[in-house]
Amino acid sequence: MAAVAFYLVSAVAIACAALVIFQPNVVYSALFLIGTLLALAGLFLLLNAQFIAIVHIIVYVGAIMVLFLFVIMLLDLGRDPAGTEQLPYQRGLGIGLGVLFLAELALMVSFGGGLAGAPEGPLPAAFGYTEVLGRMLFTTYLFPFEATSILLFVAAIGAVVLGKRRG
Amino acid sequence: MDTAFPLFLMLLFAGGLAGAMLAMGEFIGPKRLTSIKLEPFECGSTPIGPGRQRFNVKFYLVAMLFIIFDVEVVFLYPWAVIFRDLGVFGLVEMACFIFILAAALVYVWKRGALEWE
Amino acid sequence: MNVAAINISLGGIGPLLILSATALVVLAIDCFWPSERRSHLAYVTVAGCLVALGATWRLWGAQEAVFGRMIIVDNYSTFFTGIFIVGTTITTLLSIGYTSRMGIDRAEYYALLLFATVGMIMMAQGLNLITIFLGLETLSISLYILAGIQRQRAASIEASLKYFLLGAFSSAFFLYGVALTYGATGSLDLEHITRAVGETTFASKPLLLIGVGLMLIGFGFKVATVPFHVWTPDVYEGAPTSVTAFMSVGAKAAGFGAFVRVFSISLQPLSPDWTHLLWLLAVATMVVGNVMAIAQTNIKRLLAYSSIAHAGYVVVAMVAASALGTSSVLFYLLVYTFMNLGAFGVVLVLGRQDEEVLAIDDFAGLGRRAPALAAAMALFMFALAGIPPTAGFVGKFYIFSAAVQGGFVGLAVIGVLASLVSVYYYFRVVVVMYFMEPAGEIPLAPRSAPATVALVIAAAATLALGLFPSPFITAASRSLVAVLF
Repeated sequence: MAAVAFYLVSAVAIACAALVIFQPNVVYSALFLIGTLLALAGLFLLLNAQFIAIVHIIVYVGAIMVLFLFVIMLLDLGRDPAGTEQLPYQRGLGIGLGVLFLAELALMVSFGGGLAGAPEGPLPAAFGYTEVLGRMLFTTYLFPFEATSILLFVAAIGAVVLGKRRG
Repeated sequence: MDTAFPLFLMLLFAGGLAGAMLAMGEFIGPKRLTSIKLEPFECGSTPIGPGRQRFNVKFYLVAMLFIIFDVEVVFLYPWAVIFRDLGVFGLVEMACFIFILAAALVYVWKRGALEWE
Repeated sequence: MNVAAINISLGGIGPLLILSATALVVLAIDCFWPSERRSHLAYVTVAGCLVALGATWRLWGAQEAVFGRMIIVDNYSTFFTGIFIVGTTITTLLSIGYTSRMGIDRAEYYALLLFATVGMIMMAQGLNLITIFLGLETLSISLYILAGIQRQRAASIEASLKYFLLGAFSSAFFLYGVALTYGATGSLDLEHITRAVGETTFASKPLLLIGVGLMLIGFGFKVATVPFHVWTPDVYEGAPTSVTAFMSVGAKAAGFGAFVRVFSISLQPLSPDWTHLLWLLAVATMVVGNVMAIAQTNIKRLLAYSSIAHAGYVVVAMVAASALGTSSVLFYLLVYTFMNLGAFGVVLVLGRQDEEVLAIDDFAGLGRRAPALAAAMALFMFALAGIPPTAGFVGKFYIFSAAVQGGFVGLAVIGVLASLVSVYYYFRVVVVMYFMEPAGEIPLAPRSAPATVALVIAAAATLALGLFPSPFITAASRSLVAVLF
């Protein structure tokens, strides 16, 4: 059951990701990216990471995709759907290297590279619940949590410095 | 997984229902297309120009700032779930976090990035 | 809920806290009491840096993993923290005068310098890949903004955009590498990774190797090693010179701070696998950096390729994979901070209003026009080339002897040959300054006392570290005494 769901959701994610690239219209690409992100949220759910799944939807689909669309509208990319290729060899090179990396990954994993540290037996009852995550976040991961606020501050400065007309 | 299963069912059901409704409209509904009906609909007024307009960069600034504070709120949720357990310690650490982001808000405000010029 | 178990130590992250607080104060002063001239913000920044340096000094000798093992306070991280803060202090002093000439004299400029330094410290103190990644991002995002802070100049914006796009890409590689490493070892804690890798029945090595390779790309980009260096000349040229100076020393030192801790220390059991890769990286970096530098006519591009070449020398020391090699990394980065900031500092004080003297040929006649400045530039060029008695010589000597002791004689020979090539282009600057007839008057910026102080500090340190290196070499090697967790 879980395996069926996993393959289904993964297939949706990969198909949407491919469509993002092959779609000539940028706005449609953005819509397919939403599909990919929703499918990824499904994968998180399958991993028992409910909180992450919902946050993923709220932040990525809700906020970051809106930003993507703003950028598309800002740059006015829709006018020239074909686009101009600056580097003619880029496409072939990119596909070649991507396939090479995938093959490498597949080969090395098939060589006996299992995942280490995967817990044996059934998961603890509350695994992946928001309470458990919160407890980790606010004790062990206290420092990264506070450091995130600095990172967000820097991002806010960046938005103002680079995005605002000098007043 | 077990807890998510009903959610999956619900998603499946909702998606199926929406799809079925659209399909039913497509197949059963009568189609009498006229040139007026095929025009893009723009709140009843006559369409002027293409839908793609170049956005002002000001929207982008607002969207950027929205994301930054959106991410902040995301961190508040797990804290709100367990803040009784965390006690004063949790209060202090969240206060530090909020303080820095409040400073960011004051900064953004003072710089006039929230004004619509 | 055991709060005591995570070992909260505000003292351990003292430098980090002081610098963050200073950045907030700088922004607050400018928001609430704005004024036309903003040099006082630079002085606040310098004061914060000095207090932080004091706090760093007090951490020397401490050896403790704090904050739930996210942060490690040891001599290694303390040494690096010292390098970062010294670099930021000198950069800030050099910026006074330059920033107002260039129209980038804003509170954000100083705040971002401080936040970038906070990111660097997180990278050096990180005992967990999460902390290292957060530090990397804090540093990188600050630098993207700083590169583009001169918004009226298209080249600055272009530099920012190029740096951002490639930097975001390399961050993605790094993060993917972290994820695969987590999958292979079951932990993000560097010590647990070491333990997992060291186990004889370690089954997920292929996965780990891919993860390590991807992390190598991320670090390789940050410290500008060939073939991940293509962004360097364009970004260094386009960014405001003071920002270039800052990122050429700070980002590089921070990149190596995390790079060496993750590879040479945490992934030490895996060194047979990555040594050959780093060997190649070192050779390519030294050769490409030095050869490309020869053809440059712009001083900022010349220094960009020279900074690539210097990253190559540091990777040589990493290949040696010994205590001597690692301590020579620390010493070299300290030396490099002074000599490279000095070289950029001389470039900074030339020029009139928002014009800069960047073509090397325009340095002609500087020897007569400004003897002290030319002498300082000559000193920094000699140091970068590795001529005794400057600190550059000691640093290189130390690195190449580590390579020889580690059995990498061929690598050391290539390194020495590459630095011989570098002598050519460093000396050309000196020759131009002293022996070429000037085409016109070289514009000198109005003398800025803080910038002069910064140049004097850099020059004095470059000489002092060359003449009396032993206390610093001792400190560098003592940084490693207890570094193995």
